[in-house]
Formats: sequence, structure tokens, C-alpha cells
Amino acid sequence: MLWEVEISPRMGEVDREGQRVCGEARTLGVSSISEVRSARSFLIEGELAEEDVKGRAAALLADSVTESCVVRPLPASGNGCDAAGTTLLNVLLNPGVTDNVGRTAQAALADQSLDVARVATCRKYWVNETADPADVDRLCTKVLANEAIEHVARGPLQLKSLALGSEYEFKLQHVAIRELDDTALKRLSREGQLYLSLAEMQTIQQHFRKLKRDPTDIELETIAQTWSEHCSHKTLAGRIHYRDSDGERRFENMLKETVFAATQEIRKRLADDDWCVSVFKDNAGIVRFNDDFDVCIKVETHNHPSALEPYGGANTGLGGVIRDPLGTGLGARPVCNTDVFCFAPPNTPYDQLPPGVLHPRTVMQGVVSGVRDYGNRMGIPTVNGAVYFDERYIGNPLVYCGNVALIPRGMSEKRVVPGDWIVAVGGRTGRDGIHGATFSSAELTHESESVSGGAVQIGNAIIEKMLLDVILEARDRGLYHAITDCGAGGFSSAVGEMGEETGAEVWLEKAPLKYAGLTYTEIWISEAQERMILAVPPEHWEEFHELCASEGVEATVIGRFTDSQRLILNFDGQEVGDLGMDFLHGGRPPVVREAVWQRDTPANVRFATDQRPVAPQDHGETLKRILGSLNVCSKEWIIRQYDHEVQAGSVVKPLVGVHNDGPSDAAVVRPDLKSSRGLVIACGMNPRYGDIDPYWMAASAIDEAVRNCVAVGADPHRIAILDNFCWGNTERPETLGSLVRAAIACHDVAVAYGAPFVSGKDSLNNEFTYTTAIDSSGAICERSITIPPSLLITALGQIEDVERAVTMDLKQPGNVLFLVGETKAELGGSHFLQVGGQPTGSPADEAVPVVDLETAPANFEAVHSAIRGGLALSCHDLSEGGLAVALAEMAFAGGLGVDVELSPADDPTAVILFSESNTRFVVEVPPESAEEFAASVPQCRRIGVVTRKASMVVRVDTLTVIEESIDELKSAWQQPLAWD
Amino acid sequence: MASPRVCVLRAPGTNCDVETAFAFDAAGARADRLHLFRLLESPNLLDEYQVLCIAGGFSYGDDVGAGVVFGAQLRSHLGEAVGRFLNADKLVLGICNGFQVLLKSGILPAGSTGWPVAETNKRNVTLTWNENGRYTALWVRLAVASANSVFLSGIDEIELPIAHAEGRIAVSDPALVDVWQAAGQIALRYTNGEPATAPEAPLPYPGNPNGSIANIAGLSDPTGRILGLMPHPERYLFATQHPTWTRRPERGEGAGMALFRNAVNYFRAS
Repeated sequence: MLWEVEISPRMGEVDREGQRVCGEARTLGVSSISEVRSARSFLIEGELAEEDVKGRAAALLADSVTESCVVRPLPASGNGCDAAGTTLLNVLLNPGVTDNVGRTAQAALADQSLDVARVATCRKYWVNETADPADVDRLCTKVLANEAIEHVARGPLQLKSLALGSEYEFKLQHVAIRELDDTALKRLSREGQLYLSLAEMQTIQQHFRKLKRDPTDIELETIAQTWSEHCSHKTLAGRIHYRDSDGERRFENMLKETVFAATQEIRKRLADDDWCVSVFKDNAGIVRFNDDFDVCIKVETHNHPSALEPYGGANTGLGGVIRDPLGTGLGARPVCNTDVFCFAPPNTPYDQLPPGVLHPRTVMQGVVSGVRDYGNRMGIPTVNGAVYFDERYIGNPLVYCGNVALIPRGMSEKRVVPGDWIVAVGGRTGRDGIHGATFSSAELTHESESVSGGAVQIGNAIIEKMLLDVILEARDRGLYHAITDCGAGGFSSAVGEMGEETGAEVWLEKAPLKYAGLTYTEIWISEAQERMILAVPPEHWEEFHELCASEGVEATVIGRFTDSQRLILNFDGQEVGDLGMDFLHGGRPPVVREAVWQRDTPANVRFATDQRPVAPQDHGETLKRILGSLNVCSKEWIIRQYDHEVQAGSVVKPLVGVHNDGPSDAAVVRPDLKSSRGLVIACGMNPRYGDIDPYWMAASAIDEAVRNCVAVGADPHRIAILDNFCWGNTERPETLGSLVRAAIACHDVAVAYGAPFVSGKDSLNNEFTYTTAIDSSGAICERSITIPPSLLITALGQIEDVERAVTMDLKQPGNVLFLVGETKAELGGSHFLQVGGQPTGSPADEAVPVVDLETAPANFEAVHSAIRGGLALSCHDLSEGGLAVALAEMAFAGGLGVDVELSPADDPTAVILFSESNTRFVVEVPPESAEEFAASVPQCRRIGVVTRKASMVVRVDTLTVIEESIDELKSAWQQPLAWD
Repeated sequence: MASPRVCVLRAPGTNCDVETAFAFDAAGARADRLHLFRLLESPNLLDEYQVLCIAGGFSYGDDVGAGVVFGAQLRSHLGEAVGRFLNADKLVLGICNGFQVLLKSGILPAGSTGWPVAETNKRNVTLTWNENGRYTALWVRLAVASANSVFLSGIDEIELPIAHAEGRIAVSDPALVDVWQAAGQIALRYTNGEPATAPEAPLPYPGNPNGSIANIAGLSDPTGRILGLMPHPERYLFATQHPTWTRRPERGEGAGMALFRNAVNYFRAS
């Protein structure tokens, strides 16, 4: 018997969901939809009497104070329109999509001794019957349901059962690869969603010709996953021939010779003082923290899934990166998250959207909700982040998720021992996320939604929290030898990597499934979430299993590690795969790529602005426009949805100041409540500079991340950094060239700053291709949108005593303001030009900010010493919008004014106010310490004082160039993303 | 009396248990983080403790309503053990999700007089969705509104962070608020820091961050030995957790420690 429990807001309670949908309908322009009412419902299948459903079930599921409840048997009667003259739309999850709420409800109802077999959830909407059917269709696809995971059933529900899946009948599949010609190999790669190159397909073909047999499907899938860009980073770790105006360079392994090499040079220089513990070899990088703990960090991207299903994509993006430190060494305890997003502007008109993409506002809301729900539920504070906007992210939004975790010292190494059980722990395996690893290495098209919908996963943070709790306990009891996470590639990747040195034998039928009917290959490559693989010695299995069971976590032996150097896959006693580890991990033909970088002509560089020009001398207007630009403006709407206090370690929050609403430079967290030592987390990113020169873009990103840390008090000698390269299609030499140029800068700046890279990740092929027209001959015209070069640098700093941290809000009238660092004529890629500021007509307009590798470290050191010595009461870094923006932010965050005199002036006023030159700070110093500060900081200049009057006054050569009220500046900064 | 023993009860999805236990230990108690499943196996374990604290988090994902499933477990399977605890001279603290659990189980607002809750009994008070419809994390000012609560003894006003989606107190009959008022059960109210003639007059966001009726942030039972509150005292153990600590002279301990000390002192004094 199938029942529906329909739950609506009671009279007097607001129908928020109905209002939301109505609002979205207005934005969408479907004007005939004037009324929307909503309800949520539970579909309950089982041997249940009506009084039980109306009684105990409804009492548990609905809140009788705020909600009312209707119970009906299904299939329901009626014709789709009720007496009130409305049309009913039911939004249901597609079969097999994880339904967390349904799962919890099912267990809770069973716990009340109700005989419940299955529970599913449904969202219900009633729209006015007068609505135009075409408008209702649009509402369904654009607002109500995401086709990647949901569908709409109209009218009274006609479901009879929620049963899912059918018994699987085993059949071993071979792929006849030996006879294929090149065209057929390419087709197999594409249509089988293997996304391998022809050379790689040929290598596989030759391998199996030598073996005189065809591969099974599972063997081919295993190879494709292991060799995927996502898992092997074959392009950047491959051979590259690079050329630019300075000459050429040949790399055997580009990443190794740039980013990794920087770390090696720094470690060598530090010798006995080396504070790196484990870098570039495990799931996350590890550095020293205090006497008891080391600290891990990892930042990942989840771009492709987030483009298709923003909530699920971002949700599992964060869930996935949390499993990285948990699967590093013997397991680390997460202490905070950092999340950075890139979107197209949220006000993009609907009619300018290419086909097949979600509206950027929908993407942004979904991504923020996804990160919020996973991080908050896990009990991990999200303390740092940034959002960048550019139209070129329209088809490829970027979602970077990072996690920082503590690991007890001495637990950073792991070793699989032959004979250990291969144990799967956590969530069950379903069809979710099939082909995620290979898919993320492909280009998105407007058909991706239908082709790759299976690649979308839904997370369940509670399962992962339960998993985390038992793993940390098992770690401390020494119950396992090794651990890794199931990420892209699922068991295939996790077992394949763990068993690389030893060998492994897997019994796929033993894996617990969400529902019946999965083939052995689907079990092997499923990317179902919240799973980890452990190597548990047989003598500890019983204790480990009991521990997991005691907290409701499923743990299952699915195989054993061997010493055969082979990966053997079985299903029900039958061998379905047998691959040598050497071929799997060493057989991939090297990727050889050409890379070239050439400075673009200024005309092609995107100085363009869509804003009307500002009157030449109206610097106040320019300032307000920059403050109100999407990249600079307040992100309070997002930040307030993240728990940044859980775990009780918060020291410097994302929003600071007298009213808790000013933009902090970095977060400070006390991860070990018994110690006063703190972690500092910040980031840097400047895609617009990359349009001019990716070298200085990368240098600027590192400088920004490091100076953000220094600004709150981090020791510049203890800052570790991470790279995340998101680029377009690197098969184009120019695209790869710009990436290589950025990587070269990463090396140079990291070495100069003594800031080692400890981990990194890349996401290539961030391009979106769609059909614009079909011409008279039937030829298809396509257009591609490539993202700007997007290098995110994340910095993990440390502060000896959190009570020494400083924030950016001005503290006290009468204090002296110093500008630290040199302001250069660098307006290239600046926000000044972006918002319509008048170009100076000098080379400054094209000059992207550079970094002085000699003076920068000295400036960081000097500022740090001043902060540690208690001379600085506030400190703010200068970034987008330069000095003027920094002063405005410090003033309105502190609720105080500034009076600043910038004389004598050699540069144009626009440069003085808005240049984005690197390695600069504004520091507030009490008058009695001003002399000491000036004497101890080499590149500093006294520029003014803090005033009681709530206004910002700036003079250049005695001429007042800015005079604005703090309230107006603040309101310009807060307004753009102050969403309801 | 020696240090009281504190049971920090955690269920799947509880996530503030570590720092809450840390706070009790720092205040001089001996806190254990006990999994709900242990208590379901051996309900008598609860008798060994003087303080029961249900910590914050998302028990069972809050999937069918905040605190609903955890609350149902207490009511359905632990009725006797909880009843003995409530009738003894012991303390119960529910923070955030813990408050939601106390309310949804029926432990609050009536305490021992209302326990066990009859199956047919319809709840007349709930914690439901914030007025702004979304999860919200920010610091709030709170005024102690009753001298009744053991936990709030000696505190007039305190600042603490909230972080919740379902923190709005709603009632089926507004007269309930007067009943609580008369019984001294309104423990904490959101305030904007200015002396108020009518502290129950609804404050706008962010003063009252969720639209709770009569600005209620925390409720006691009539004895004052049970407290449920949405704000997190365990997130103000150090002065450096205050959002404007860099503008203030205080260093060292944070004001939230007082609640945990009051709990410990209750047993030391007796």
C-alpha cells in the first residue's frame, strides 16, 4: 500500500517556497503565472493502516504547530485541477537519486514500530489554472525541477509503488578492441565516455593484442579512470615544449619542474628547519603545526558537476574534499573549510543565456546552498572564501572547495601490508556518479545535461560525519594500516591507488548496494559519496567492525591486498578483470604538448567596460562604483549562511568591525583549544590580470594570498600555499602556454617568498560549446566559451599567539595611517578601468601589477614584526580598487573617518588612488608608536589620520579628490548582493 | 561534592559535542561524550550523571524537522531513564539542536511534570524556520529574563553566537507566553542592548535573528534546572571568540564559560 502525507503551512504561516517560486517566475518573465502555493509530501509504502498514517506517521513528519496535514492513498483520484482552479505539479527525484530525507523518515517511522518498506519525498506546487501552458512548461524546467536529478509529474500522483531496481543477471562483457581501426577507437573512447586520446586507445589495443585477448568492460573502464586527466594529471605532469618571447623551454614533467621544484628548493634551503612534512604525495599536503599536531590542507574543484546540478555538485565538492585530509596519512580531523566560486554575473538577462546552461543566479544560489548544507552539517566552520564574476564563466562556473585538518604528529605515513582486508566503510554504492572522473576531463556541451546526468551525485553529510567519528576513533586505536577516500573513479581509483605497490583482489558482489541491479562494472566505478577504503589487518577486523556497528556505520570486506602486483576483480566467484599494476599505473603513453605564449595586442585584451564612463575628476563616483562592483562588494548574504563558529576555534571571522560587517583579509582559527597557536587561511586570485600576462597574474595571486595572511598577523616564514589551475582546453598551444607561464611564475615567487607549495590540483577543458545556428547547407555553426585563466592560490599561515591577531577595521580617532609598499603606475586589468574610470592614456593602462621579488619579502617581514610588536592596531591589504578601496573599507568597518594627504604626487591621481600594485598595506598606528613604526618598516609613508567624523577625505597636492560619507560608501558596497 | 559528571549526549549528526565537553571540563566537571546508541542499549547509564547536555548539530540531518528524530527516540525508548533524571535534583542543558530536541521530545517546557508525554498529546510550542527562511550565523545580545535558571545565575546580559535555520519559537496559543512568564520559564530574550520597557515587543532582524515570539531565545522548565537555548555558550569560551575582541580590552576567558561554571557550582554548593 502506498500513502501520501501532504504537509502545508498552516493559516498564518508564510508559504516561503510558494513565494520563492512566484518570485523566480517573475524574474523568468512567465507572466501568466500569478499564484503559486506549495506543500511537501512523503510517499510511504508499507503495510500501514490509515489510522497509523494519520496518527503516528503524520505526528512525526509534520509540525502540528505550524503545519497542517492531509493523508491519502495512492494512486490519487481527480483530474489534475482542484476545486480552487489550480494545476498541480509534483516534483519527484529521478529513480536512483539519493533521497536523504526519505531515508531518514523511513528509519524514523520504522523506529516507531510502523511497517514501512520505502519512503520517498516530493515537492508539490499548485499554480493558477489560468496560467499559459507554455509558461507552466518553462516554470517546470527552469525553476521547479532540475532535469539532471528531478522530474515533474502533473496532476494527482498516479504512483503505485516506490520499488526500484531489479535483480541483476550476471553477464561478462568483453569489448572487441583488437580489431578496431582508429576511427572506431576514437568512437569507442567518446561514446563509451572513456575520453581517452587515440594514442592511449592504441596503447590499450596493443597491450591486449599482446595478451591475445579482448579486455572486459571493467578492465577498459579501470584503465580509462586511472589514465583520466582528473586522476593522472597527464597534461601538466607531461612533456611540454613551451615558447614565449624570452625563448623556449622543454619540460619532461612540467609540474615537477616548476611548482614541486620550488618546494624542493625551499626545503633544501631550510635544511634542519624544514617544516614541510608530506607534500605532493598523499591526498593532502601536511606541514608542522605545534608539538602535538601537524596540519593538512587540500583544495579541490567540482566544476563540471556544479554546472549541471549546482546544489549537488557543490555539496559533493565539499564532501569530497573533506574526505581528502581524512584519507591523508592515517586520517586527519577537519577544522575548517574554504570555498571560492566563479560565476557569470547574476543579473545576466535570460535571453542572453546559451542553450543548455542554468542561469548564473540559479547556479550561485544552488552552489552556496550546497556548500552551506554540507559544511554546516559536518560541523566544520567555513571561514574563508571569495567570489569572482566574469561573463566567461557562464557555461563553466568554478567551485573550489578546500579543507584544513589536524593530524597527530607521527601519523602522516601509511603502508598497505599484503594480507590486509580491503574494507569499504560508509555509504552504499549506487548508480550515482558513474563516469565522473572521465567526464570531468571532457568539455561541456549543451548536450552534457542529458549525456552525463549520471555523473551528478547527491551528498549526505550526516553519513560522512558518522564515518569521520568512527575513523578517528579507529585511527587512535591503531586498527588499520592505510586509508584513502573514494573520490572520482570510486573503488577503482581508491583500490587501484592503494594497491599500486602490492596488488589487490576484489570481490565486487560483497559491496553493499543502495538497490539491486548494478553490474559489476557499475559497482567498481560508481562515485557514490561518503565512502572510504581502509586496509585493515585481519587481526583487527573484528574490533574495527564492532566499532563501526556501534555508531551505525556500515563496514564491509570487499577484498584483500595481495603481493601479486596485479589487480584481480571477481564477481560471484568469476574473474571479470585482471590487470597488471605496472600497465595500469605505468603503461600510459606520455602526453606531449606544444605550448606557446605571446603577449596579446592591447586591443584584444579585455579592458572593455560595459559601464558608462565616469567624469574625469569624479574619483568619489569611481570609488563607489568599485565598491559596488560584484568582485569587491560585500558577500554577507553568503557568509551569514555558513557556520563559522562551530568547533569553538574562531578568532578572526570573515566579517569584522564595529558592526561585524567589514571584509576581513583572512580568517584566524584556533584548531587545538588547548593551544594558543592559530591557523590563518586566505586566498588570492586575479583572472583579469591573466588576460594581459598570466605570469604576473600568478605572481599577484600568490602575493595577495600571502599578504592577506600577513595582514592579520601570520608569520611570513610559515606560510604554505596551494595551486588550483582551472583553464580552458590545453590541447590548444596558446591555452597551455598561458598555463605554463603561470606555473613558471609560481616557481619564481614561491622560492622568493619561502612559501612552499604543499598540494595542488588542476581542472582543464573548462570550455562550453553550443550550436548557434544550422546554415542552409545543414552545417552546424558552433560557438565556444573559454573561461579566463583561473589560478586560485590558497594560503595556510600560522600565528604564534592568536591574541596577537589584528583586524582591518579602524580602531581609534587620532591614530596615524601608514601606507606600506610602493605604488606603481599599474592599472592594467584594474577595477578602475572595469567600472568606467577614465584611462590615463599612459602605459599605466596596460601595465599589469608586477611583484618585486626582493622588496616584497622584506615588506612582509617588517609588517609582521610591527604587528607582533603590538604597533599595528589595524592592518588591511590593498587589492582590487587599490588604496582608495582599502581606506574606505577600513573606515566603514570601524565606523570612523579618515583624513589623508597624498603629496607630493608624481603619478596621475587615478594611479595614486586606484592602482592595484602588489605587496601593499594600510596600517593604523597609535601616535606614540608612529616614529618606531616609521623607523622599522622600510617602504612606508605616513599618509594621514583616523578621524571621528564619519567621512573619507583624500587630498592630492592639497586638492581634495575624494570627500565621501562613510555611510554612503558602505551602502554602495553592501547593496549589490544584499539578496533577500 | 566532587566534580559533577556530565553526559554530553550525541546522536548521528551531532557536531558540537567536543567543544561542549571541553567547556564542562574547563569549568571543573568530568564530561563524557556518550553516543545515543549506548544509552539505547543501557538506559541506566544515565543514572551515573548529574548533568545531561544535548549538544548542537544536525541530529539525523534534521531531515524531518530539527530535533524530531532524536526527540522521538528519547520519548519512545528512554522514557523511564529520562523520567528518573528529570525527577532527581539534576540539570539538563540543550544547546541549539539540543534545545530543539528538548522541545520536540516534550522535556521542555514542562520538565518532569509533563513527562512522560502521552502519545496523543499535541505539542503546542515548536522551534521552526527562521523568519528569513534560511540558516543564519551571527552574534546576538541576550538579556536574562528570569532569576529562575541555575545556568544563568549571576548573569544579566550576555553576547553569544547563533547558527541555526529553525530557531523561531512559535506557539499554537499566545497565552502560553504569559504562562511561561508567570512561571519564570522565559530564561533568555534577544535584546538590542537598550533598556526596554516592553522586552517582549518584537525586535527587527538582526536583534531578534529568527522572529521568535516575544524575542524568546531560551526556555526553562518551572524548576530552572532545565535550560534550552538557541545561542551557543560553548562558542564563547575565549575572549578572542567575540566578534569585536580586537576593539576591546578583554583577553583570556570568554563570557560563555559562566553557564558551565554555574552548572558545576550547583553541585559544589549543595
